[in-house]
Amino acid sequence: MRRVPLIFGLVAVGFVVVAALLALVWTPYDPAVIDPVHRLGGPGWPHVLGTDTFGRDIASRLMAGSRTCLLVGIVAVAFASAFGIPLGMLAGMTHGVVSRVVLRATDLLYAFPAILVAMLLAAAFGGSSLTGTLAIGIATVPVFTRVARAGTLSVMSQDYIWAARGSGISWASIAVRHVWPNIAPLIGVQASVSFGMAILAEASLSYLGLATPPTTPTWGRMLYDAQAQLFNAPLLTLWPAAAIVVAVMGFNVLGDALRDLLDPRLREVS
Amino acid sequence: MAITRQILGRLTTLVASLLVASAGIFVALNALPGDATAAILGTNADPAAISQLRAHLGLDRPLWVRYLSWLHGLVTGNLGTSLLSGDPVASLIWPRFGVTLSLVTLGMVLSVVVAMPLGMYAAVHRRRARGFIAATLSQLGMAVPAFVAGIVLVLVFAVYLRWLPAGGYTDLQRDPLEWFRHLILPSVSLALVNGSLLARYVRAAFVEVLTEDWFRTARAIGWRLWPALWRHGVRNAATSLITVLGLQLATVFVGAVVIEQVFAMPGLGSLLLDEVGKRDLVVVQAVVMLMVALVLIVNALVDVGYLALDPRLRGRREMR
Repeated sequence: MRRVPLIFGLVAVGFVVVAALLALVWTPYDPAVIDPVHRLGGPGWPHVLGTDTFGRDIASRLMAGSRTCLLVGIVAVAFASAFGIPLGMLAGMTHGVVSRVVLRATDLLYAFPAILVAMLLAAAFGGSSLTGTLAIGIATVPVFTRVARAGTLSVMSQDYIWAARGSGISWASIAVRHVWPNIAPLIGVQASVSFGMAILAEASLSYLGLATPPTTPTWGRMLYDAQAQLFNAPLLTLWPAAAIVVAVMGFNVLGDALRDLLDPRLREVS
Repeated sequence: MAITRQILGRLTTLVASLLVASAGIFVALNALPGDATAAILGTNADPAAISQLRAHLGLDRPLWVRYLSWLHGLVTGNLGTSLLSGDPVASLIWPRFGVTLSLVTLGMVLSVVVAMPLGMYAAVHRRRARGFIAATLSQLGMAVPAFVAGIVLVLVFAVYLRWLPAGGYTDLQRDPLEWFRHLILPSVSLALVNGSLLARYVRAAFVEVLTEDWFRTARAIGWRLWPALWRHGVRNAATSLITVLGLQLATVFVGAVVIEQVFAMPGLGSLLLDEVGKRDLVVVQAVVMLMVALVLIVNALVDVGYLALDPRLRGRREMR
């Protein structure tokens, strides 16, 4: 029973990652090629999951979509960690003005969810994959700041930090040698959960047409196209929807399972 | 009085946050020179016409002067005029504000209705399979984006069963029943996702309540489980849950933007999306500022409301 979430998370995430890696070199069909004769075909052979309004192969488009959303997730989470973690450690290691300013800025950023930032950037620069990814990254920064700060605070109250300070070790090397290794596992858990959220945000953005250009196959865009055919071909919405749910849930569940694995005491509470 | 000082401190933070947020929004949209003119004249316009338009719109003034005049307008209730249509921005926003407000309010209320029983059930039965299933359900709900839930709900209740409309909106004043019928599917799709997330916090809060000494005492003097939870547990769990609700408001607002798109509702979200497409910066910055300001103000009110609700917080330096 305890292991079910971990296994589910690993399988779901593994499935998406393998599909994305495979899509780098091979998809059953070209995801962009149009075949009007076989439009709106049901699941079967040779189109395993059927075809869409333009006769494009759905399985291939789903695979290409997994490639896009993983790429967006990786870049966005990397961006958020690059800014969020140092800020959080700074807030956790300092007192007074610096830490308060970082905290207030973090609180303020929470009022700007990814879609809002994406709209701002799209209005200013025109919507593109770059602005979409950047928006998700910016909106994820405060999450990492908060986790890094909480972890840093608990590390800083340990006796060995006193000892390190007493033997004249600088703040910078305390941060790198003592704080970082101790908060890294927490950050890893958060990265997994944030990855799930990033995929969700990417799907919403591409559904709204705010991120990737319409020609790029993404799960959100596929849903948008499928919605127009809701009355003719209801099955069409099912595939991208299922892909989003499996991917997001996979990363969420994996993050939770990793947290339990790292800290059994948390099992009861969270 | 310590409490007055705390409230004043929180309100100062609110004003500072509003100022920083407005500056951030303004700079993001206005730092690029000439973008507003490109939206009106296109990118291949005559340079003379561009500079004339820039002077007309006041874009030849320095950035900070334009920011201050925008800020002055915000405070005095003048949101400016649309770059493209020339309509006052306020006249574009207000008719749509009611739509979004109805959707967000109903969505929030429904998410609490979904989350409280689900989270409490998962907490009470946390060591059994039933609790595990309840927790898994909320995990599943979290992974379904609101717009996917919306599309599936349309498929079931509008396409197959034909019980409810697939989209659109009717004003409350015109026909309350139709208003409600149009809001059911959109707000349920918002609440499913948001409620699932909230349920996790509800579960965590009640697991804490269940392990408290005073709760054991309440049980020991003869309170039954559920009455004890309702009578003593809810009030104690509520403090942390209200904060979460306040923080979720931002997410729900944005969720409403997407949901309005799914159900073709004429709210703030669809206005924002249209204007982003047309790159009408004046309207975009007004709508985004309005949404962010609402979120910040509600969160500040939540914090202040706490001081009234929970005497234990009074006198603490850091709230939250």
